[in-house]
Amino acid sequence: MFKNFPLFPEAASAQAGQVDAVFFFMVAVTAFFSVLIAALVVFFAIKFKRKNEEEVGADIHGSLALELLWTIIPFGIAMAMFVWGAKVFFDLSRPPVGATEVYVVGKQWMWKAQHMGGMREINELHVPVGKPVKLIMGSEDVIHSFYIPAFRVKADVIPGRYNTMWFEPTKAGTYHLFCAEYCGTKHSGMIGSIVAMEPADFEAWMSGGKAEDSPVASGAKLFQDLVCVTCHLSNAQGRGPVLSNLFGHEVELEGGAKVIADEAYLRESILNPAAKVVKGFQPVMPTFQGLITEEQLLQLIAYVRSLSQPGAAPAASTNSSTPPAAGGRN
Amino acid sequence: METLNYLNDGHGLASWLLTKDHKRIAILYLISITGFFAIGGFFAMLVRLELLTPAGDLLSAETYNKVFTMHGVVMVFFFLIPSIPAVLGNFMVPIMIGAKDLAFPRINLLSWYIYILGGLFTLTAALSGGVDTGWTFYTPYSTAAANSHVITAALGIFITGFSSILTGLNFIVTIHRMRAPGMTWFRLPLFIWAHYATSLIMILGTPVVAITILMVAAERALHLGIFDPALGGDPVLFQHLFWFYSHPAVYIMILPAMGVVSEIIQAFSRKNIFGYSFIAFSSLAIAVIGFLVWGHHLFVAGQSVYAGMLFSILSFVVAIPSAIKVFNWTATIYKGSVSFDSPMLYAAGFIGLFTIGGLTGLFLAAMGLDIHVHDTYFVVAHFHYIMVGGAIMGYLGGLHYWWPKITGRLYSEPWARVAAVIVFIGFNLTFFPQFVAGYLGMPRRYHAYPPEFQVLNVLSSAGASILAVGYLIPFTYFAYSLFKGEKADNDPWGARGLEWEIPSPPPTENFTVSPIVTEGTHQYVHPSQEAKLA
Repeated sequence: MFKNFPLFPEAASAQAGQVDAVFFFMVAVTAFFSVLIAALVVFFAIKFKRKNEEEVGADIHGSLALELLWTIIPFGIAMAMFVWGAKVFFDLSRPPVGATEVYVVGKQWMWKAQHMGGMREINELHVPVGKPVKLIMGSEDVIHSFYIPAFRVKADVIPGRYNTMWFEPTKAGTYHLFCAEYCGTKHSGMIGSIVAMEPADFEAWMSGGKAEDSPVASGAKLFQDLVCVTCHLSNAQGRGPVLSNLFGHEVELEGGAKVIADEAYLRESILNPAAKVVKGFQPVMPTFQGLITEEQLLQLIAYVRSLSQPGAAPAASTNSSTPPAAGGRN
Repeated sequence: METLNYLNDGHGLASWLLTKDHKRIAILYLISITGFFAIGGFFAMLVRLELLTPAGDLLSAETYNKVFTMHGVVMVFFFLIPSIPAVLGNFMVPIMIGAKDLAFPRINLLSWYIYILGGLFTLTAALSGGVDTGWTFYTPYSTAAANSHVITAALGIFITGFSSILTGLNFIVTIHRMRAPGMTWFRLPLFIWAHYATSLIMILGTPVVAITILMVAAERALHLGIFDPALGGDPVLFQHLFWFYSHPAVYIMILPAMGVVSEIIQAFSRKNIFGYSFIAFSSLAIAVIGFLVWGHHLFVAGQSVYAGMLFSILSFVVAIPSAIKVFNWTATIYKGSVSFDSPMLYAAGFIGLFTIGGLTGLFLAAMGLDIHVHDTYFVVAHFHYIMVGGAIMGYLGGLHYWWPKITGRLYSEPWARVAAVIVFIGFNLTFFPQFVAGYLGMPRRYHAYPPEFQVLNVLSSAGASILAVGYLIPFTYFAYSLFKGEKADNDPWGARGLEWEIPSPPPTENFTVSPIVTEGTHQYVHPSQEAKLA
């Protein structure tokens, strides 16, 4: 039990240092004020110890100067903490353009991941050192939370929407992956490993995947199997809108409202097609709610994304409604 | 012959169960919340025993989840929220403002019955198989996935919420309408200001959680799509609604404790408070701003970055009134006439532990840092510093301070000091290691955990057993004092305040003649003495 007894977590991502810096600053402030208050209380209590039963304290009622002093100084320190914390959060919520994307699905009680190259994993995630990795995450049942302490990152994985998170591993090694949001009986068993590998090792590992297993290829196959292709033709003659060059662009809806065709919109349009119908089309598409899994949904979306010009697509947004959200558009 | 007081004015069970005397109702609450505290503590001991070893070996995962859920539900809704207001507040609020009772004595009794009914519902849920959602009832787990007695437990909380609303209502009307002649707002004891602020939260916040719980029950039983995305609902909506009450609920727990500490510091320093109006208004500021910080529970839930920033800055702002209180308490001791009786030990312990608990709350308000520590043991440690180190220390301090008034008996002061020190040591040993475990990354609500966290968990469990001893000792000497304790006179501490001017225990009508108030409380230096000093 005493062999492996760390007191501070390993720091293995580009973000870890920034988070730890805020932490150390706040520990210093906490220690300073806790010791100051404790010392004053003890010192005053001993120095002004009651000498006889009749003794009473001095007749002091307050001091505006002191009140201002101990309002303004803590307020200033608190605002500095706010700005610093918000800055780190901002960086953590904006994935860099060109980050390697991985789809992650949480379900009771396991993590499934699918790489763009086709590799699939359960309760493990292999990532390259020195490159930003962006996870696009959904849940099949209840809320989970994807947490890598060594990288100081965490994001809830919520059914019915996509959340993103990103990190840049800096040290090769194997790190804990925890589910941080209570999700039922085997919550504490919903754990795994993050394997950070040197880029060359990672490439070698990735080459084990088959191209036909990539999310885009799987999505293309689903697009055929679910006969989406009969209505969504590549020319404007179909009963449904053309999907090429759709992702990331603005779409005009029936009634004149406009919406950006992002992951959340595509997801909604597959599961609940009548919600936001594109102008000029009839609400004839059937719902696929309950017919496809979260993973298949992600594959279909990956396929639709692949139909747009590379680079034209904005980053995935997390929130189905109001931008800008955590991990919002760049 | 014994003089007539509220304890011997009427005998038999009916005279207690049908009483309209706020003091007797306070005793009913004291007995029942002590029972719930024992139940909640029992569940806490099971949690700490299970976590002695990394493997989940003592309890099954299912049982463990039910145990920590019951620990949270019982401690939050049936102990911490009612503790100080319903026991000490019920007893002292009318007396401290010079009133004969609360404004609505029957509603006061009704609130106790509602509390007991809610408690029975929740205990029924526990005994008939348990509930495993955690005290937070997060959706869609609670509505769509959990296979346990969610509705029964939720209804228990729904019902008991009304007891909280009625108590708050009673306090607000009483404080507005029933102050003795001369008891102006700025002569009110700070304990009253704290209860006024607390009551505002109780009546404004509790209905929201009641509605939220009903919606959970409706979705679970009737499959109305509110929170479950499979039914077209929004699971995060629940978190907004839940924390809109449940964050302010933390202030329901801590504000009354702050009120107790303000009284104790003055009484045992024999000195009036430093910065009276700053302490009074900081209670109101906490009550108001506390309603605007709930979103700091959702920093990793995909909330908009700008919404997150607003919640973050407001969470930092709400810390300032607390800081003002801590500085003013410290300044009050300066040039006091300080004695180290047990209530003062608890108050001093409160100041230290609340300072740590409050400052570590800032770690969670800082968005970038919260991402890492959210839902880890760091959060568990932080809120136990507030709820156990703060609220329970305040409750115990107040119970010791007013025990002679409530029972007319003195307890063993040496034992009380020993217990206060044991509680302080046991508390820190239990919860300080959890800060370390949390920053290391240990998630909360884990039945089994990686072996590298074991040393910290063993320390924590060891601390919990010391803490349990620290809680059992007062139980023993309090019980002993009821029968063998020395009789207390009106004012055993040499404190100032209306409650110390009437007999111990007080007569049923509190004041035979309605008092006329000419100065604020805790005025130890009187104008006549001032003249002499000059």
